Amino acid sequence: MAYVAFFIKRFFQAIVVMFVISLIGFSIQDNLGDPLREMVGVSVSEAEREALRDEMGLNDPFLVQYGRFLSKAVQGDLGDSYFFKRPALDVIMDKFPATLDLVIGATIIILGVSIPLGCYCAIRPKSVLSKAVMAISIVGISVPVFLTAIFCIYIFAVTLGWLPSFGRGEDLVEILPGWKTGFFTLDGLRHLIMPSFALSSIMLPLFIRLIRSEMMEVLEQDYIKFAWAKGLHPRRVWFLHAFKNTLLPVVTVGGVQIGIMLAYTILTETVFQWPGLGFMFIEAVNRVDTPLIIAYIIVVGLIFVATNTIVDLLYTFINPTVRIMGKG
Amino acid sequence: MLKLKTFLDSDFFYQFKSDRVAIISFSVIFLFFAAALFAPLLSPMDPHDPSQIDIMDSEIPPVWSSSDYAEPDERFLLGTDAQGRDMLSAILYGLRISIIIGLFAVAVQMGLGIAIGLISGYVGGRVDAFFMRLADIQLSLSTMMIAIIVLAIFQASFGAELYEELAIFMLVMVIGIAEWPQYARTIRASVLAEKNKEYVDAARVIGLSSPTIMVRHILPNTLSPLLVISTVQVANAIISEAALSFLGLGMPVTMPSLGSLISAGFEFIFSGSWWITTIPSIVLITLILTINLLGDWLRDVLNPKLYKG
Repeated sequence: MAYVAFFIKRFFQAIVVMFVISLIGFSIQDNLGDPLREMVGVSVSEAEREALRDEMGLNDPFLVQYGRFLSKAVQGDLGDSYFFKRPALDVIMDKFPATLDLVIGATIIILGVSIPLGCYCAIRPKSVLSKAVMAISIVGISVPVFLTAIFCIYIFAVTLGWLPSFGRGEDLVEILPGWKTGFFTLDGLRHLIMPSFALSSIMLPLFIRLIRSEMMEVLEQDYIKFAWAKGLHPRRVWFLHAFKNTLLPVVTVGGVQIGIMLAYTILTETVFQWPGLGFMFIEAVNRVDTPLIIAYIIVVGLIFVATNTIVDLLYTFINPTVRIMGKG
Repeated sequence: MLKLKTFLDSDFFYQFKSDRVAIISFSVIFLFFAAALFAPLLSPMDPHDPSQIDIMDSEIPPVWSSSDYAEPDERFLLGTDAQGRDMLSAILYGLRISIIIGLFAVAVQMGLGIAIGLISGYVGGRVDAFFMRLADIQLSLSTMMIAIIVLAIFQASFGAELYEELAIFMLVMVIGIAEWPQYARTIRASVLAEKNKEYVDAARVIGLSSPTIMVRHILPNTLSPLLVISTVQVANAIISEAALSFLGLGMPVTMPSLGSLISAGFEFIFSGSWWITTIPSIVLITLILTINLLGDWLRDVLNPKLYKG
């Protein structure tokens, strides 16, 4: 019962946040540029303008206009991009797969590197490798994402010439209609490596430290001591008993980080001119392409709110010791 | 004098003396701050003054290196950028702007965070619930994202020229407001721990007002966690400023911070002028790394119990 109440509460909160985001989106639309001017230019007389304004509903009270904006938005109509001359949501859907490629690539790198290294550092905290990993991780935290990206380009693209410095390449595979990915061709992968690595670099030190400290804490617990006393094989103790309980906090932190990663795609994509959502957003800002800016804010807001809500719900679901009522 | 002597005899200073990483980090940070403070005296030219810049001096490499296009020139120790600006001067002034923004942004965070954290922890109840929910929501939306979106909207609505004039102020406010929950949460947690101690009861019994108790009695006891997060927050604020400037949402090229210098030099690494981007990057990374190292050390010393990693 408590779970249902928590679910409803969390769901309600998500809706409130989305409502605020939509309000922000709408007020931008109201204040950023004049939609009429975008449509007809400056050569139309004042009387005609006024008539057009009335016809378009731009003179209606705020609430009426906001209601119209909201009902359109719910139906997936966020206006047409000034630059692309197409519905803003279509433009976003076009760019989405590129960003998703990047996020998936970065996630693979993060999990593939941080889990083994984090576990190793927890099991052998005094070894040279562990100390080196911890030292590198604090350097990693101190290097901003865009600098990692720039240095990658300078070393691997400009100096060594091994990897391409920008874009996704031509050789993409369409796995679903309108959904092209670079994961299945050599050229696509060559383009993916550096941007994914740059994007993962912000999270890697964080995850290594998180997994290490969680695992160290778990290894101190009584049931692990009991497992040792039973004479279990070390590998079984580490990877079956200890690792399983390390994963819980990692899953929840990781889930929230996926949302944060989206923010950093803006930086990575700008450096690599990756044709995804982040690069599109910065271009839209430079072109004052209001509908596209609003559409981006709403879509990204939705992704943030959805991942956070799902992670929260999952967390209470997997970990029954969390006191639900206390959280609300 | 007596205070200085107590400080020199304290555990804190002893720990500092015996830790090489702490001494080196502190010295480097001190050097950077001094360089930033005395930038006008140290720099060969004023990089913000267009009349001192000669386009004929553009893209000159640092004195120890060479390039295909230009010979090194001893007037420019670290070379020049694409507009002919002396890199050494630009970096010193850039460091100054980055540090100013970092410190002021953290001051805004701290001011907001302390006020909200104290009230939230001391008053409790609905007020507390409201602010902590707000903090949760704001943190879940990611600082970087909020900063990028807010600055993008301001830039688009002000127009580029007006925005350039307001850039420092906007960066300080946005980075400051976006990160207040970090402070508010820390302060609130300490206030909750202190609130029920006897000295607070005593203060209440002698009839002191709530604001006095909060500011004069409870706040001084929450300072050590405050100091620990402040170092990390300054580093983060400087990173955020650099990232925003890199995206073109921060300081303009005419008055560059480290981030905008890096951004301006980025396109030139393809043509071999590596120094325009690389040298400010190294300065930025060193600054942030030393602040983080000092922060780690402070965390070890001030609350050994909390330290896990």
